[in-house]
Amino acid sequence: MTRILAVDDSPSMREMVRIALLAAGFDVKAAVDGQDALAQARASDFDLVLSDVNMPGMDGIMLIKALRAEAAYRLTPILMLTTESSPDKKRAGREAGATGWIVKPFDPKQLVATMQRVLR
Amino acid sequence: MALDLAQFHDAFFDESYEALDSMEAALLKLNVGAPEPELIGTIFRVAHSIKGGSATFGFSEVASFTHTCETLLDELRGNRMQVTRSLTDLLLRSVDVMRDMLRSVQNKTPVDAQRVADLQFDLEVAIVQKNQAPAAAPAAPVASTAPVAAEPSAEVKASGAHCWHVRFRPYQQLFMRGNDPLRMLRELAEIGDLTAVVDASNLPSLTDIDPESCFLCWDLRVRTDATREVIEQVFDWAEGDCELKIEEEVVAAAEPQPAPAPTPVAEVHAAPEAPRPQVVGVPAAEHNDGPKQGLGDGSSIRVSTEKIDELMNTVGELVITQSMLSQLGAKIPGSVAEQLRAGLAQLERNVRELQESVMRVRMLPVSFVFSRFPRMVRDLSQRLGKQVELKVSGDQTELDKTVLEKVGDPLVHLVRNSVDHGIEMPDVRVAAGKPATGTVCLDAYHKGGNITIEVSDDGGGLNRDRIIAKARARGLISATEPISDAEVYELIFLAGFSTAEQTTDISGRGVGMDVVRRNIKELGGSIEVRSELGKGSRFIITLPLTLAIVDGQSVSVGTESYIVPLITIIESLQLKAGMVNCVAGTGEVFWFRDRYLPIVRLHDVFGVRPRTTQLHEGLIMVVEGEGRRVGLFVDDLLGQQQVVIKSLETNFRRVEGVSGATILGDGAVALILDVPGLIRVAGQRAAA
Repeated sequence: MTRILAVDDSPSMREMVRIALLAAGFDVKAAVDGQDALAQARASDFDLVLSDVNMPGMDGIMLIKALRAEAAYRLTPILMLTTESSPDKKRAGREAGATGWIVKPFDPKQLVATMQRVLR
Repeated sequence: MALDLAQFHDAFFDESYEALDSMEAALLKLNVGAPEPELIGTIFRVAHSIKGGSATFGFSEVASFTHTCETLLDELRGNRMQVTRSLTDLLLRSVDVMRDMLRSVQNKTPVDAQRVADLQFDLEVAIVQKNQAPAAAPAAPVASTAPVAAEPSAEVKASGAHCWHVRFRPYQQLFMRGNDPLRMLRELAEIGDLTAVVDASNLPSLTDIDPESCFLCWDLRVRTDATREVIEQVFDWAEGDCELKIEEEVVAAAEPQPAPAPTPVAEVHAAPEAPRPQVVGVPAAEHNDGPKQGLGDGSSIRVSTEKIDELMNTVGELVITQSMLSQLGAKIPGSVAEQLRAGLAQLERNVRELQESVMRVRMLPVSFVFSRFPRMVRDLSQRLGKQVELKVSGDQTELDKTVLEKVGDPLVHLVRNSVDHGIEMPDVRVAAGKPATGTVCLDAYHKGGNITIEVSDDGGGLNRDRIIAKARARGLISATEPISDAEVYELIFLAGFSTAEQTTDISGRGVGMDVVRRNIKELGGSIEVRSELGKGSRFIITLPLTLAIVDGQSVSVGTESYIVPLITIIESLQLKAGMVNCVAGTGEVFWFRDRYLPIVRLHDVFGVRPRTTQLHEGLIMVVEGEGRRVGLFVDDLLGQQQVVIKSLETNFRRVEGVSGATILGDGAVALILDVPGLIRVAGQRAAA
């Protein structure tokens, strides 16, 4: 089963993403911030990471950089989940190594469709 | 897939209210002139996630407003705008509006659209003014659609009005961001009829190949109805990682495409497929402090208080059953009984632990109530032209949720009084040799089995002479009677008593302190005042940890048992004949420490037949309530125990002098005495 790591500091967002992906048949683990996500990513093996950008402490951009520095996550699809549609944020994300982005608001269907793009 | 988003609404509202509280707190801490970047980051994040959440859940009004807020905060974050007092005020008002909007959405009541629009306008004006770039002015509407791959429809595929020629030359690092050319080819194939020609000329020999680099290029032709944007979108995530040229070719009517040796796509892809390095046993990060609490991590769940109360009640019954068994066990002789008693002792410990655990579930930190004060003090002092600093300590002290909810209003009243009446105007303070900025302190701490909350200020203090003058003018005390400080301060708790020189709309109408005391008394707590003229006053509130259980002393009168809350007991003693005097209007008194105390015969109050009516044959228990002491005459002391309070009001009716009832181990019902009430009742009887 495809294993997804969903990272968001907002419990409601996190829960919504988690349920949406569970309903779409993914194996989902949730992380509450960058640190938590990095620890979970290291301890396990995910096929895709879906991360919010604006988070306290280690934000999404820092997380992507940290993940790309991990041997196991050099080539893993990492999507940014963000309300920031500004080119600046996207560029920062791309430079950090993000595969792509999903702009909030989205509905569960869009989310899954977008993720399917990068999953094999 | 139909997923009902409504199931996440409550969680969203709860977290948003919490987030707004922290935004408010951060705004209040924000230094004008030298704002801390972390605080601005926190504030920004709140607006940002509320915007994201409300847009996702379809609360477009909230999303639109928070978007404007966020735009302004982004300017602050980027140091393109200065933090000023008026800007902080504007943002604080925005917090109020967001809170109200969310509440309206949650309760499905109409939003005050005018207020929202006005404030949104103010925010936009602020953004425009500070930027001095009108172009950046009104906030763009919230992005409503994501750049999601167009869902290919059957019609698109069918005819094919365009033929798009795509030259796709990925750079070698394409894989390094997790992108995959195969994915893009597949998407194109879904959009229309795809013909792909691969250029493998750059492919090194097998020995030199780096499996993590992309060496292939493609010439792609798609026959479709789809527009250029749709084709571009397929490659949007590869921007910067490839050369991309998209051109439209004129479609010749029936000309068949020259079959360009179509390489099977999957095979093409086979070469650059990156082997996935397996990493085993990488230790978890040292600085990982574990997942935080939150919805959905499995570390916390939401439970209604009703369920907890039910649990509490059942545990209460269990305590009673357990103590009944213990009493029975004590009566049984023999060696088996020894083991039974050991088991019962174990049961008692377990039940106690269970009870404490359930009680802890109901506990919340005092910050739950304290958090509203920074804003309140700020607004009040601004309105009054005073400078007031609020200091809070012990806000992590935990207290029963019900107690906490009910102590909120009295605390608001006390803090308001401190700011309004306590703290003087800056010039008055300076003239008195005090710093211009006054201090109001809120402290919470454990003391004995209780929680103490103090509200203190370094203001003018209570004016003893003015209180006495006022009380005399109203005939509350006689003109000549000497009166102690404690008694003077008691006067402020009388209904309709206020010494403020002029009433303001903030406080000083004389309703209040009596209500404060009544509310606290209803919680089984007490309030006392210490004050020093010119130096300030201190209100000390003592509250029980919980309303469900009381530590009590059982006493017997005739065949009845009563529970006296331990907190009210000063001392128990046996009187000797001759120690009792009779005073007209008060009745029997006895000398205790430094004064005469009235004797209250419990059998008289409750109309039961005692074992004895001779004072020296029974016991006197000195109890205190609301600063008054009396000697309670009872037959005998039985034992100390924790009892579970059962409300008499809900099961029967309110009885003066009784705060509730409990069931004893032997199944008998005992009344729990409300000592202040009892003293009042006895006083009225004596006077009558």
